[in-house]
Amino acid sequence: MSNETLLMQNGAAALKPGYADHAADALRGLRQAGDAVDFQVEHHHDVASTIQLGFWIYLMSDCLLFSGLFATYAVLHGHTAGGPSGAQLFDLPSVLTETMFLLFSSFTCGLATLAMNANNRNATVGWLGVTFLLGAGFVTMEVREFAHMVAIGAGPSHSAFLSSFFTLVATHGLHVTCGLIFMIVMMVAVLRKGLTETNRARLNCLSLFWHFLDIIWVGVFSLVYLFGVAH
Amino acid sequence: MNVANEALAGHGPHGAHGAHGSGHGPSQKQYIIGFVLAILLTAVPFALVMGHSGIGTGVLIAAFAVAQIVVHVVYFLHVNSSQEQRWNLTALLYTVLMVGIIMIGSLWIMHHLYSTMTPGAMHHMVWSAKH
Repeated sequence: MSNETLLMQNGAAALKPGYADHAADALRGLRQAGDAVDFQVEHHHDVASTIQLGFWIYLMSDCLLFSGLFATYAVLHGHTAGGPSGAQLFDLPSVLTETMFLLFSSFTCGLATLAMNANNRNATVGWLGVTFLLGAGFVTMEVREFAHMVAIGAGPSHSAFLSSFFTLVATHGLHVTCGLIFMIVMMVAVLRKGLTETNRARLNCLSLFWHFLDIIWVGVFSLVYLFGVAH
Repeated sequence: MNVANEALAGHGPHGAHGAHGSGHGPSQKQYIIGFVLAILLTAVPFALVMGHSGIGTGVLIAAFAVAQIVVHVVYFLHVNSSQEQRWNLTALLYTVLMVGIIMIGSLWIMHHLYSTMTPGAMHHMVWSAKH
C-alpha cells in the first residue's frame, strides 16, 4: 500500500517536469501562432489602407486635372464667338435627371460597400449592377445631349466657350465610362473569386472613384449648367 | 442576418473582424443621411434657377455646391480627422488649397488681362453688358 503510494508520487514527480516542459512548449507555440495571425491581420490591414491611400492620392491629382478644366471653362464661358450661349443651349430638367441618376448611383454604390462589409456576395454584385445601370443611364443622356448640340451646329469647334464646355464635361463623362468598365470587371471578379482580400481592396477603390466622380459632377452642374442658365 | 452583420461591421469591437470593419466600414445610416442631404442640396439650387428667383442666385449656387461637396466628402467618402485617415485628410486639404489657387488665380489673371487689353476688353465688355 505505502509502496504503491510512494511509486505514484515518484511517478508524478518524474512526470511533472516533462509535462510542464510540454505545456510550456505548447504555450510558446500557441503564442507564436497567435503573433503570426496578428501580424497577418495587421499586414493585410496595412496593405489595404496603403492601397487606399495611394488611390486617394491619384484621386486628388485627378481633382487638380479637373480644376484646370474648370478654370479654363470659367475664363472662356463668355467667349461664344457669336454662337449660342449656355443659357440658350442647356436644358435644366434633363441636367437634373442626369444629376439624379448619378446621385442615386452613388447611394447604391454605398449599399454595395455595405453588402461587401456584411460578406454578402450576391447583394454586392446586385447593387453594383444597379449602380452600373444608373451610371450607364447618365452616360447615355450625356452622349445624347452632346449629339444634339453637334447636330444643331453647336459642336466643340464652334467657339472657345463650346471647346471648354465639351472638354470639361466630356472628361467627366469619360471618367464615368471608365468607372463603368471598372464596375463590370469587379462584378466578374467577385462572381468568380468571391469577396477575397484583393477584391475588397479593389471594391473600396471603385467606391472611392465613383463617389469622387459625383463630387466633380456637383461642380459641373453648379458652375456650368446652373451658372450658365442663371446668367 | 444582414442587419446583424452590418451592425457588427459598423461598430463591432469584435476581434479582427470588427476591427477590420471599423477601418472602412461605414453604416447604412451615414449613407442615408448623406443621400437625403445631397438631394436637398441639389433640389434647392435647381428650383432657384428654374424658378428665375433672380437676386443673389450666383452666390447661392456656389454656397449650395460647397455644402453638397462637404456632405459627399463626409458621408460618402467618410473622410474624418481620425489618426487612421490623417494622410487622406492632409492630401485633401492640400488639394483644396491648390484648386483654390488654380481657380481664383486663373480668373484673376485673365480678368486683369482682359481689362488691360483695350480692343479685346471693349468687345468683351460690350458682350457682357448685353447679357
